[in-house]
Amino acid sequence: MDTANSHEHGAGHDDDHGESHGHGDHPKFLAHHFDTPLQQFDTAKLGMWLFLAQELLFFAGLFVAYGIYRNWYPDAFSWSSHQLDPIMGAINTVVLLFSSLTAALAVRSSQLGQKSKTSMWLVLTIICAFIFLVVKYFEYEHKFESGLLPGGHFHPHHLHVVRAMHGAAAAGIPDHSGTFFGIYFMMTGVHGLHVLIGIGVMIWILIRNNRGEFSAQYFTPVELVALYWHLVDLIWIYLFPLLYLID
Amino acid sequence: MSTEAEATLPTSDHTGHGTGTSYLDASSGLRNWLITLDHKRIGIMYLISVLLAFAAGGIFALLVRIELLSPGRTIMGAATYNQVFTLHGAIMVFLFIIPSVPAALGNFFLPIMLGAKDVAFPRLNLLSFYIYVVGAVMALASMVIGSVDTGWTFYTPYSSNSVVGSQNAVIWMTGAVFTLGFSSILTGVNFIATVHKMRAPGQTWRRLPLFIWAAYATSVIQVLATPVLAITLALLLMERAFGLGIFDPRIGGDPVLFQHFFWFYSHPAVYIMILPGMGVVSEIIATFSKREIFGYMFVAMSSVGLALVGFLVWGHHMFVSGQSEYATMVFSALTFLVAIPSGVKIFNWLGTLYGGAISLESPMLYGLAFIVLFSIGGLTGLFHATLSTGIFLHDTYFVVAHFHYVMVGGTVFAFFGGLHYWWPKMTGKMYEEGLAKWGFALFFIGFNMTFLTQFVLGSRGMPRRYYDYLPQFTGLHQFSSTGAFIIGIGILLIFVNLTRSLISGKKAPRNPWRSAGYEWMTPTPPPLENFKEVPVITRGPYDYHLATEAELSEN
Repeated sequence: MDTANSHEHGAGHDDDHGESHGHGDHPKFLAHHFDTPLQQFDTAKLGMWLFLAQELLFFAGLFVAYGIYRNWYPDAFSWSSHQLDPIMGAINTVVLLFSSLTAALAVRSSQLGQKSKTSMWLVLTIICAFIFLVVKYFEYEHKFESGLLPGGHFHPHHLHVVRAMHGAAAAGIPDHSGTFFGIYFMMTGVHGLHVLIGIGVMIWILIRNNRGEFSAQYFTPVELVALYWHLVDLIWIYLFPLLYLID
Repeated sequence: MSTEAEATLPTSDHTGHGTGTSYLDASSGLRNWLITLDHKRIGIMYLISVLLAFAAGGIFALLVRIELLSPGRTIMGAATYNQVFTLHGAIMVFLFIIPSVPAALGNFFLPIMLGAKDVAFPRLNLLSFYIYVVGAVMALASMVIGSVDTGWTFYTPYSSNSVVGSQNAVIWMTGAVFTLGFSSILTGVNFIATVHKMRAPGQTWRRLPLFIWAAYATSVIQVLATPVLAITLALLLMERAFGLGIFDPRIGGDPVLFQHFFWFYSHPAVYIMILPGMGVVSEIIATFSKREIFGYMFVAMSSVGLALVGFLVWGHHMFVSGQSEYATMVFSALTFLVAIPSGVKIFNWLGTLYGGAISLESPMLYGLAFIVLFSIGGLTGLFHATLSTGIFLHDTYFVVAHFHYVMVGGTVFAFFGGLHYWWPKMTGKMYEEGLAKWGFALFFIGFNMTFLTQFVLGSRGMPRRYYDYLPQFTGLHQFSSTGAFIIGIGILLIFVNLTRSLISGKKAPRNPWRSAGYEWMTPTPPPLENFKEVPVITRGPYDYHLATEAELSEN
């Protein structure tokens, strides 16, 4: 971490002979300001949980907006949610749930010090994340083509996904349907951005794992990225029914 | 943990090896400062940045006060005036007050007071500083491009579809605030983890300095409220760019929703601004009364209480915005609750002073001024919480005076008090006490001239943010502006005094105020890892009866 402090590590160690936590010398992964690897691990994990709390509050604004406008414009929300493809959404839900499993398995193999298995599970998680984004890309493309755009730009034309409208479509498109798509693009867009960031971080962790930086004694980064990934998954678990399924 | 004996023993001379070297001498050169992971250096870099922001915000304040010297045009047109007061507010709130105490003084002293070697995540700490810098640069960019004129609150639809000024300036400024928010969140995450996990042996929760309790409560708000502002501003940016239809009433959006979102952050943010100031004042009052804090746990818990209640009162900013009458009544009632933890603090400080051995050095003057000015600011807040007077006084200078009493009379006085209190420890130099008192006196007199007057102006009907006013208000406005210039001179004197101390100040002793606080037990300036040995805490930070002669001596 801070090579300038290597001298102090030595000096500090001389004073630490009363130490009973069983790390003979200051391991390389232990930052200078921590006493024990356990303290470092607990601290990092607490920090990640706090960051995730922050993430939840960040999304909370969007959920509130969704709730308010759904309440105000129920017809628009009902009509608009039928323009989304629940099959695509379901596929993505399964993909993300599976990726949460592989992320958890990556943590487990990392804890056991199985380097190559960790890499495999990480790669699988990354592949799932890519599949999710590809499906999302096709969904977005369809919306763009159909003119199902946010607020001011909403101008629907060939509506080939209109299903189960029982003639309501003939009665015209409800007002404020653009607001639904504004919220839809914000929610899925911000979520997609989190998936993208997750891919980036997981690739970085993968590289570090291949370099052999992690062991049964030190696997904190793998654990933290998995925590983050579970949150990304969890948010989608809420987005899917709210946007695709509720009538 | 390690088994060192009393490391709280004073150690004044540098041994010159390893951990003994002061953090200022550990390495030199600009590059070593810019990439430092040492929380003390990061704190100093924050300090310089927030002082620059304070100077910029102050210049805009003076421009506002010059313009208001006479009705009609004095030095600038109405559109420029809107931009100037917006920049004053936005810079002071987001670039100065929010990071002032936590990020500058807190970064420096939080780990030292915990007996830790550094914050939990030093690299994250440096990252949050650079995010702050990026935010500051974006704010500057917005000024170059053409300036925001929406007020610091960025209310829609001014901000979502205003055509006055430059459209892009709003995007840059809200982008800047969005970015600054992340700096604030990361600092909060770092501080909470540090307080939980990095305390020295013997440092129990009941032995935490009250500054730490305040910083902890502040961090909780930063982590939980700031992301809501972030998503609000993200929605606003998207509204401008793509017309989402969330805030813009022309396409089915609701501008009042923006206000709800904005104040859901910005009211708790008021406590992000004031709580750390209260923490500083608790330290100062104890040190200069040489006495244990009266009702320690009450003061500590009142910080947490303020942080929690602060989340429930945002609607009192919207009494005339068209929210439901029932919501208004509930928010009014909840707002009164804020007075309880605030009152607990005031009375406990007075209880500490009572029977204490009070000495009136310059930090203590700031501490006492805080109690007086914050009481005025807090009590006038109740005028706004009461619906009948609140609606009458809404959007008048009374509101302006109220929040300046809290934000300037409270936070800024506490910030300068803390700066004077800890300056010797941070820099290793003593400033000139006489000049410091003059600076304080001018600041205090000027402040009351400026803002007491505005209570009168507001109660007589002078609306806030107006460029022009009726001739009968001229005298009061001129008096207020005179006060603003006296503040300016006072602040200038403070800057000169502090800067001069760096060049020609006397060398500061280890414990110039003979305080029992933990941060005074380490050498001045502190060594790289804060203490020569891991300290073992055996008493509370205000236990003057348990502190040894050696600990309370200057060297």
